[in-house]
Amino acid sequence: MGSFGNRVGRLEDLPLLRGVARFADDLRLPGLLHASFVRSSHGHAIIRGIDKDAALALPGVHAVFTAADFAPHLKLDRLIVGLPSASYRQDVNRPVLAGDEVVHVGEPIAIVIADNRYVAEDAASLVEVDYEPVPAIADARRALEPGSPKVHRAAPHNLLAEFDVAYGDADAAFAAAAHVFKEQLYQHRGGGHSIECRAAVARYDTLEDRVTLWSSTQTPHTARTLLSDILGWDETRVRVITPEVGGGFGPKLIFYPEDVAVTLAAILMERPVKWIEDRREHFVASTQERDQFWDIEIAVDKDARILSIRGALIHEHGAYTARGVNLPYESAQTVTLPYEVPAFSLNVKLALTNKVPVTPVRGAGQPQGCFAMERLLDRVARELKIDRAEVRNRNLITAAKMPYAKPLKSRGGMQVVLDSGDYPRCQAMVLEAVGWRDFPVAQKAARSKGRHIGIGLANFVKGTGRGPFEPVSVRIAASGKIHVSSGAAAMGQSTKTMLAQIVAEQLGGAIHNIAVISGDTAAIPMGIGGFNSRQAVMAGSSAHLAAIEVREKALLIASKLLNVAADELDIDGDAVQIRAKPKTRIALGDIARAVAGIPGLALPGGVSPGLAATASFVRDEMAFANGAAAAIVEVDAETGAVKILKFVIAHDCGRIINPMIVDGQIIGGVAHGIGNALFEYMGFDESCQPVTANFADYLLIGATETPHIETLHMESPSPLNPLGVKGVGECGVLPAAPAIISAIEDALAPFAVRIGCVPIAPGQIVAMIGSAQRETARAPAL
Amino acid sequence: MSGDTRNITVTINGKTYKEEVEVRFTLADFMRQQLGLTGTHLGCEHGVCGACTILFDGLSARSCLMLAVQADGHEILTVEGIAPSADELHPLQEAFRDNHGLQCGFCTPGMLTTLIEFLRDNPDPTEQEVRIGISGNLCRCTGYQGIVAAALDAAKRLRDAK
Repeated sequence: MGSFGNRVGRLEDLPLLRGVARFADDLRLPGLLHASFVRSSHGHAIIRGIDKDAALALPGVHAVFTAADFAPHLKLDRLIVGLPSASYRQDVNRPVLAGDEVVHVGEPIAIVIADNRYVAEDAASLVEVDYEPVPAIADARRALEPGSPKVHRAAPHNLLAEFDVAYGDADAAFAAAAHVFKEQLYQHRGGGHSIECRAAVARYDTLEDRVTLWSSTQTPHTARTLLSDILGWDETRVRVITPEVGGGFGPKLIFYPEDVAVTLAAILMERPVKWIEDRREHFVASTQERDQFWDIEIAVDKDARILSIRGALIHEHGAYTARGVNLPYESAQTVTLPYEVPAFSLNVKLALTNKVPVTPVRGAGQPQGCFAMERLLDRVARELKIDRAEVRNRNLITAAKMPYAKPLKSRGGMQVVLDSGDYPRCQAMVLEAVGWRDFPVAQKAARSKGRHIGIGLANFVKGTGRGPFEPVSVRIAASGKIHVSSGAAAMGQSTKTMLAQIVAEQLGGAIHNIAVISGDTAAIPMGIGGFNSRQAVMAGSSAHLAAIEVREKALLIASKLLNVAADELDIDGDAVQIRAKPKTRIALGDIARAVAGIPGLALPGGVSPGLAATASFVRDEMAFANGAAAAIVEVDAETGAVKILKFVIAHDCGRIINPMIVDGQIIGGVAHGIGNALFEYMGFDESCQPVTANFADYLLIGATETPHIETLHMESPSPLNPLGVKGVGECGVLPAAPAIISAIEDALAPFAVRIGCVPIAPGQIVAMIGSAQRETARAPAL
Repeated sequence: MSGDTRNITVTINGKTYKEEVEVRFTLADFMRQQLGLTGTHLGCEHGVCGACTILFDGLSARSCLMLAVQADGHEILTVEGIAPSADELHPLQEAFRDNHGLQCGFCTPGMLTTLIEFLRDNPDPTEQEVRIGISGNLCRCTGYQGIVAAALDAAKRLRDAK
C-alpha cells in the first residue's frame, strides 16, 4: 500500500522511452490526406479576392477550401469561445477562415488538401490572395489613443474591455502615506513553444455519420462541444481524442480555427485529413501571452508597511478574443496576494492589436502581477534603505492569520480566501538555503576583484485548482484491471500517474494494475481539461472520491461473498482479504464479475450493478499555493551577459502526491520563468510582421543557460479538498523573473541600473552601464 | 509519388530497407511517413530543437536537415533501436525513467540519441559537460535537471556494467 506521497515511477514513461508512444503526427490512417493552410502575410489587409486555380491544377491536390466554401456547412460563422464577463466593450470572435479582412499575420485564409504535406505546401503557395494592406496597430498603448488605426475596420475602437479591480480607499491611503513610489513596468510576451506543435487529425465515418478529431488539445471536451456547436451536430456524433501530447503550456487549451477547418475538410472529403502545425506556424498562429504595460505606485508608512497600491494596466489582447478577459484579471488579482495590502485599486484596459490572439501561457497573467508587486517592494527597500527580505517580512501574511480573506472577488465573483500556508516560513527557508545573510560579504569580495554578483528574492501566491469540477470514473473489470477515465488532459505533467496513485491508495496499492484514459470524450461524457494547475486538485479529488466509493462497494460485495463483516476486510493488491486471515482472499476481478449481472440471478445482497463509480468533486474556491525564490547572478559588465549562479525555490503545494513529479513541475516552471526574464523575445515590426519567427531569432532556454535549481518543500494541506492538495504546474514561473531582475539590479548597484522590463537583453544592460546618468530599462518608447 | 524518386538502401536499427523515395523527402519524413518509424520526432524542422536527432553511422545528425537520399548506403540508429530487446531498456532509458528525465516525452528521442553518442565519447562526464552535450536539444518541460541527472546516472550504470 501507499504510493501516495512517494517517489514512484511514472506510468507514462515506457512507451515514450521506447519511441512507440503515439502522438498525433504518428497516427497513420488509411486514405489519409494532408492539409496546409494559406495564412495572411499581412498584419492587416482587406482580401479582394482569392484565386485557387493554380493550386487546384497541381497534381496531388484534392481540394482548396475558403471561407465561402465552408459557409454552407457551418451553423456559426465565428468561434464563440470567450469566457463570460460584463466588461467587454465589443465582441471580436474569430472566423474559421478569414472572409474579406485579415487582422494578423498567420490568420488562416484557406486550407489545402493534398496527397502529402509537401504537395499541400506547394499548393498553398500557389493560392493567390489579392490583398489590400491597410494600417495595422502594434502597440497596445497607442491602440487606445484616439485616431489610431483600428484593428478591425468595422469596430468602433480598439478597447476590448475595461474593468477595475479595487478594494478599500486607495486614494485616502496615498494621501496619508509617509512615502509613495511609482514604477512603470513593461512585461513582454512569449509563446508556449511546446516541442510538439499543435496537431489535428480528423476522420469522418461515413457508415455511422460521426466524426472523430484527434487533437493535441489540453481541453478535449470543450473542443467536442465547440465543434458540435459550430457544425450544428449533436455531441454524440463528435468525438475528440487527445493522443500523447508533447507539451501544452497554455496555448493548447484554446480551441482553434484549424480544429474546425481540418474536421470539416475530412467531412467534406470523406477521407481522413491530418494537419501538423510547423514551428513557423506556431510562431504566427498559436496564441501567445504576457505583453502588459503597468503604471503602478505603492504607498507605505515610515516603517515600510504597505498602505495601498494603485495604478493602471494596459493588457495586449491581440486581434481576437480567444479566451477572454481572464489574463489581466488574474494579473490584477495576483498583485497583493502574499502581502497585507489594506487598499488596492487597479484600472485595467484590454487593447486590441493586429497580432495573434493573447491567451494563457504557463502562469496565465499571474507572473505579471507577481513581477509588479516584487518590483515595487524592491523599490521600497532601496528608497528606505531596508533589506529587501525585511521589507517583505514586515508585509507578508502570517500563518496565524490563515485562512485569510482578501477583500477581492475572483473572476467568477467568489471571495478570494487564502486557504492555508506559512508565507514567512517559506521565505525564511529560501533565505537560509541561498545564504542571504552572508551574501554581502561575498559580494564585497567579488566587487573588489571586479566581479558583479547580486542576489534577488521574490514571493508568490498562485491560485490553483480552478473549478468547478473535473469528473473521474473508476471501474474494476472482470479481469481485475482498474480502469480510470477522466476529462483531465495529459500533456506531460504525469496526469495518469497522479490519478493512478490516488486510486491505488484505495484499491490495493498497485499502480501498474491501473489503466488511465485521459482525453477521450467517448470515455467519459463530461470534462473541462488541463490548465490553471487544476488537475491534481479537481480530477485528483474526484478520483479519490470515486475510488473510495468503489472500495466500499468491493468490500460490501466481498463481505456478502465471504460471509464476514465489511469492516473485517482489506484490499491488498488485486484482491480483498480478511484482515485476520490474509490467506482468505477473493480477487477484485471476481467481485466485479459477481456484480456484472448473470441473467436471471439476483445481485449479491441487493447491491447495485457494476463495480464502478463516477465522482465529480465540486469546488469553486481556489487552493492557493505559495512560495519564495532567490537567485544569485553574475553580470558581465562588458558583455551584459547574465549567469545564474544559484537558484533556490521553496514552495508549498499542500500535500505532495509524488515528490519526483512535483520537483519536475517546479523546476520546469522556473526554467520557463528564466526564459521570460532573460531570453524569450517575440518581436513585431510596426506593421505587425513578426521578426523572430524561428528558434535562431527567438531564444528558448537551453541546458547550459539553465542553472541547477534547488527545491525546498513545505506541505500545508489545503482544507478545500479531501486530498489537501494544491496545484503546482505553473508555480515555478511566477517568482523567477522578479528574483532574477532583483539580483541583476543588486549586482549592478554600483552603476545604479534600474530594470522595469522583461526580458532584459545583454545589449540593454551594457547600454545602461555605459550611460552617464542613471537609466531605467522599461517599455519601448511610443 | 508525385515527384522525382530514387531507389535507396538504408539500414535502420539493424534492419535493411530498400525503398523508392521522393528526392525531396527529408530523412525524418521518410522514416516517419514511409517506414512508419514514428519514434523520431519533429519539433522545429529547422535544425535547432534537436528532437529529430538520430545517429548516422554512429554520429548524431538532424534528420530534419538531411534528405532521405543522403542516407543511401548508411546505417542509422533511432530511438526505436536503443533498447536491447522488447522487454529490456538500455541503461540510459532506465536512468531517464528513474530520474524523471522526461515529462511529455517529445524531446526524449533526440535527447536519448544525443546522449548515446555523448556517453560513448565521454564515459565519465561532469554535470557541466553533460549540459554542453545536450545544449543542442531543447526541452520545454523539465528545465533539463532530470535529463542531466539521468545522463550522469546512466554514465555510472554504463561504467559499472563494464
